Amino acid sequence: MDATHDDANGGARLPRLNEPAPDFEATTTHGVVRLADFAGGWLVLFSHPADFTPVCTTEFLAFAAIYPELQRRHTELLGLSIDSVSSHIAWVRNIEEKTGVAIPFPIIADLDRAVATAYGMVMPGESTTETSRCVFVIDPIGRVRAMIYYPLTTGRNTEEIVRLVDALQMTDARQVATPANWRSGDKVIIPTPSTIEVAAERMSEEFAARTEGFERVDWYLCKKSVEAL
Amino acid sequence: MACLNSDGTLSPSGRALVAAVSSPVTPEEVAGVTGLALFRVRAGLRELAAAGLVVVDGDTYRAA
Repeated sequence: MDATHDDANGGARLPRLNEPAPDFEATTTHGVVRLADFAGGWLVLFSHPADFTPVCTTEFLAFAAIYPELQRRHTELLGLSIDSVSSHIAWVRNIEEKTGVAIPFPIIADLDRAVATAYGMVMPGESTTETSRCVFVIDPIGRVRAMIYYPLTTGRNTEEIVRLVDALQMTDARQVATPANWRSGDKVIIPTPSTIEVAAERMSEEFAARTEGFERVDWYLCKKSVEAL
Repeated sequence: MACLNSDGTLSPSGRALVAAVSSPVTPEEVAGVTGLALFRVRAGLRELAAAGLVVVDGDTYRAA
């Protein structure tokens, strides 16, 4: 059996990294939107279990807080739950009334679970009626570039989502990898040599001298400085 | 984008979009003029085009 076909997900093929994100047209709090409407920019599609619930409310406040940061990175946010548009509107208005924070991004009202099913957002082991806390980072050409899954009980770290977007954009711009806990401005990892020749070059002093901020642990782990995006 | 109300009248964003396409413009240009996110402009213009309020000509849109 293909591991990406999930019996518990109605047989739908689950998203995989670096493959096209499942297409959708969905009703949101900002009208009907399609995945293609986000083409050319980055998209963070995320699900939450339900409106008017405590952990989700803290998350929406946190997502609203990072929205300006994401916009500076040409990245949009799109929420989703298996609730109606009226429920979403009432919740968003309640959040603003109680906290003063406006929720600036659209939320999909996925009552027929079409998007949730396509993206494998319902985890029957947790709940058969709610979406788990899923995050999909989709790049400007519509490929799934990262996926995060959190359980119902645990609110996400939205700063990690910003860091993740930074790392993916740095990888695309400079053809590098990023080390653990990397943040914008830190040194990046030079791709591992794939031949003996390049490995030897990586160990040379000439390579070190012409590489800005060069730092070598060994031939397979070298870092360098790059300009921030 | 919900540019049309259920009674067929234009919502505030619908009015903004129709005003922005008085001459042929691309969605990117509309986003720049209105300050709306590009995805909202694309969705809104599609809705207005389906309602016959704007005309699509290649990559540009104009009021019908």
